[in-house]
Amino acid sequence: MRVASPDIDRVFAAFADHTRRDIVRRAISGKEGVLELASHYPMSFAAVQKHVAVLERAGLITKQRVGRRKVVRTNMDRLFVARRLLDQYEEVWRARIDRINELIAERPGTIGTKEPDR
Amino acid sequence: MTVIAVQKDPQKLTLTVDAEFDASLERVWQLWADPRHLERWWGPPAYPATVTKHDLAPGGRVEYYMTGPNGDQFQGYWDVVTVEPPRRIVLRDSCSDADGTPNPENTIRVDIEEVARGRTRMSIETIFPSIEALERALAKGTEEGLRQAVSQIDAILAEATLQR
Repeated sequence: MRVASPDIDRVFAAFADHTRRDIVRRAISGKEGVLELASHYPMSFAAVQKHVAVLERAGLITKQRVGRRKVVRTNMDRLFVARRLLDQYEEVWRARIDRINELIAERPGTIGTKEPDR
Repeated sequence: MTVIAVQKDPQKLTLTVDAEFDASLERVWQLWADPRHLERWWGPPAYPATVTKHDLAPGGRVEYYMTGPNGDQFQGYWDVVTVEPPRRIVLRDSCSDADGTPNPENTIRVDIEEVARGRTRMSIETIFPSIEALERALAKGTEEGLRQAVSQIDAILAEATLQR
């Protein structure tokens, strides 16, 4: 266990804003630069640049050089995020399989199959 | 418990679920092949699916929408790649934005086999092209996701950041 770093306030402050959370999400794939990120939001390039700077200071993202471009990338284990999302998606299929079981338990002929298309 | 195995590969963004049912091979096939059966289990209870087109053939399309308690609707469709009745289906599931822009979500491979008389195993492999696609599929697969259209990623991001 690590003691909370002094940056924790900064992290929470950075996450308190919807646009900044969205930038962090988009930056998981690390494909876009600030200019491309800015195109997703109905605000000025300067305003998006400011959000990016706040996130950078909080240590949530970094700018990396890829060839001639500079992309914005989220500072975290992409696999960690993927694993947690797959855990949640597992629940989607578990719920479907529960519904399938209920359906299979029904008496045959009680499910309308007469009209092929509505 | 009818889910007998679950495998997750975060590198390849793949989930595989194996389930067994007390049913014949044909009965399990019907879950996919009959639109009236399909709509009973595809969507979550508060967002049931209505199948409007069901052409379960290679190159064909299956179209559906899900309707929420407030009448809110979400469009989705499958592009069918492979169909080998009654054992195998490969399809690409996509959803449409409000303005009709298609968003490919995942590829689903279904394999069905009879393991004993009246006992059938179905293996469902779901492969996502990106984290964003996985997140979209989550929003559509769960009532919470559909209702709030929120990002499940936010909480995970906060957690991951604070763990560093």
